[in-house]
Amino acid sequence: MDEILEILSKDARTTPEDIAKMLKKKPQNIKEAIRKYEKEGVILKYRAVINQEMVKDTDAAVRALIEVNIAPQKDVGFDKIAERIYSFPEVSSCYLISGTYDLLLIVEGKDLHTVARFVAEKLSPLENVKGTATHFLLKKYKEDGVILKHREENKRIAISY
Amino acid sequence: MKKIISKKVQEMQPSGIRAFFDLVLGMKDVISLGVGEPDFVTPWPVREAGITSLEEGFTSYTSNKGLYKLRLSIHRYLKNNYGIDYCPDEEMLITVGVSEAYDLAMRALLNPGDKVLVPTPSYVSYGPLVDLAGGEPVYISTKDNKFKLIPGLIEKNIDKKTRAIVLNYPANPTGISYTKKELSDINRVLLKHKILAISDEVYGDLTYDFAHTPFPSLPKAKENTLYLNGFSKSYAMTGWRVGFACGSKEIIAAMTKIHQYTIMCVSITSQMAACEALVTGRRSVEEMKREYKRRREFIIDALNRIGLNCHKPQGAFYAFPSVKNTGLSGLEFAQALLKEEKVAVVPGSAFGKGLDDYVRISYASSFDNLKEAISRMDKFLRRRNG
Repeated sequence: MDEILEILSKDARTTPEDIAKMLKKKPQNIKEAIRKYEKEGVILKYRAVINQEMVKDTDAAVRALIEVNIAPQKDVGFDKIAERIYSFPEVSSCYLISGTYDLLLIVEGKDLHTVARFVAEKLSPLENVKGTATHFLLKKYKEDGVILKHREENKRIAISY
Repeated sequence: MKKIISKKVQEMQPSGIRAFFDLVLGMKDVISLGVGEPDFVTPWPVREAGITSLEEGFTSYTSNKGLYKLRLSIHRYLKNNYGIDYCPDEEMLITVGVSEAYDLAMRALLNPGDKVLVPTPSYVSYGPLVDLAGGEPVYISTKDNKFKLIPGLIEKNIDKKTRAIVLNYPANPTGISYTKKELSDINRVLLKHKILAISDEVYGDLTYDFAHTPFPSLPKAKENTLYLNGFSKSYAMTGWRVGFACGSKEIIAAMTKIHQYTIMCVSITSQMAACEALVTGRRSVEEMKREYKRRREFIIDALNRIGLNCHKPQGAFYAFPSVKNTGLSGLEFAQALLKEEKVAVVPGSAFGKGLDDYVRISYASSFDNLKEAISRMDKFLRRRNG
């Protein structure tokens, strides 16, 4: 992976100026490289990783993993029905998977009821959805490489040879 | 009271900056650039291997020389990566860090009055341990040669009593390292004068501008080298205390004699974790190395920009700038910087004579910390210079 991407994937707030210093390049070149990544869709978005458990009044208090069994459509396979499903704002992630089920969704809602209603009223009635299995998340430990725990304090002694 | 302490230890010079260290340890909210160890924790697979070994009940002694499995892994690592072939049975010893290996070497090699060349600036234990073993350290200042050791400097200091030289590259505290060509030149001189190279390459994996060349991989060097390395810096395993020595059958046997009476063996937990480090830890080494390199680019430029002249180190995670133009000695600089801006650095005088104008800055600290430290140092310098 390009080091610019490695740096940004660790901390998206790192400025082009700082990246330039780290890689000993001109800030202008870094800016151009980033712009190119953005344009090509290599870099899609910059955002904060939020520990939802610590946020009050969040719309994403409850998360469920939902396995969906679908009947693929002629000509377009799974893509068309996947699009119908992932277009719902409640669906935060949608993957086509191998195994017993076809799609794996991550659905967010402000409470159990909201998520249950989404499954019962929006998802299940879809024509090509043959079945679902909903797993509510009880606790998040790690997400996208980030361990959801307070930063631990430095355990090194302050000075040594 | 003093009489119960041996004359030798009484004569040992205590570190002149102990008081400064105590001052740092007593202060809160300090950004410390005074740390001689990685800021990463040991990679998880390695820690996990340590835990598993405990769960499985591996709590006994190991062979004096260390777990055979670990020696074999080191053998393979050195052979596959550098083409150096050390026999795991007879030419290798697992030690409590490089520190123990170095101490054993001194005690195994030196007769009273034998001299060991110690290029300075140097890591703090090299000289005193020569003394303790009854030898005589001969310090070679590299300051006027941009901290680089060259054949001329070595030859100038050799006499009939010279037995060995300590090499340490990339170096603590300067970060200086050597290309294959430079090392070959040094090797030729050592072979010519039959001076044993004791090569501490614990920072070898953290070499940024060219490939690291282990000293024993040079032509005809293996028989004339005691190669010391360890897991502390590459794998962020300082607290596990695992190092190793590779050398001739004769030297390793002699070192093992002392090791078996004093240490017996390295903790089995640590040895088992080290085995894992050589297997799955390499990826982490590369990642940490890239990170250190990025910090190096930043910190060296920044130090020079704010007025602390600093050469560019090729490895390790230290910068060794001069503070001469502040009008302060390294110790005064470190004290004032700590007091006024709460940034800790190590005075250069810790690493040898004639280094009063320098401080050691460790960049084994997060980029945010480094940025903040630089901005505080900048403030500090501006205030000084009016």
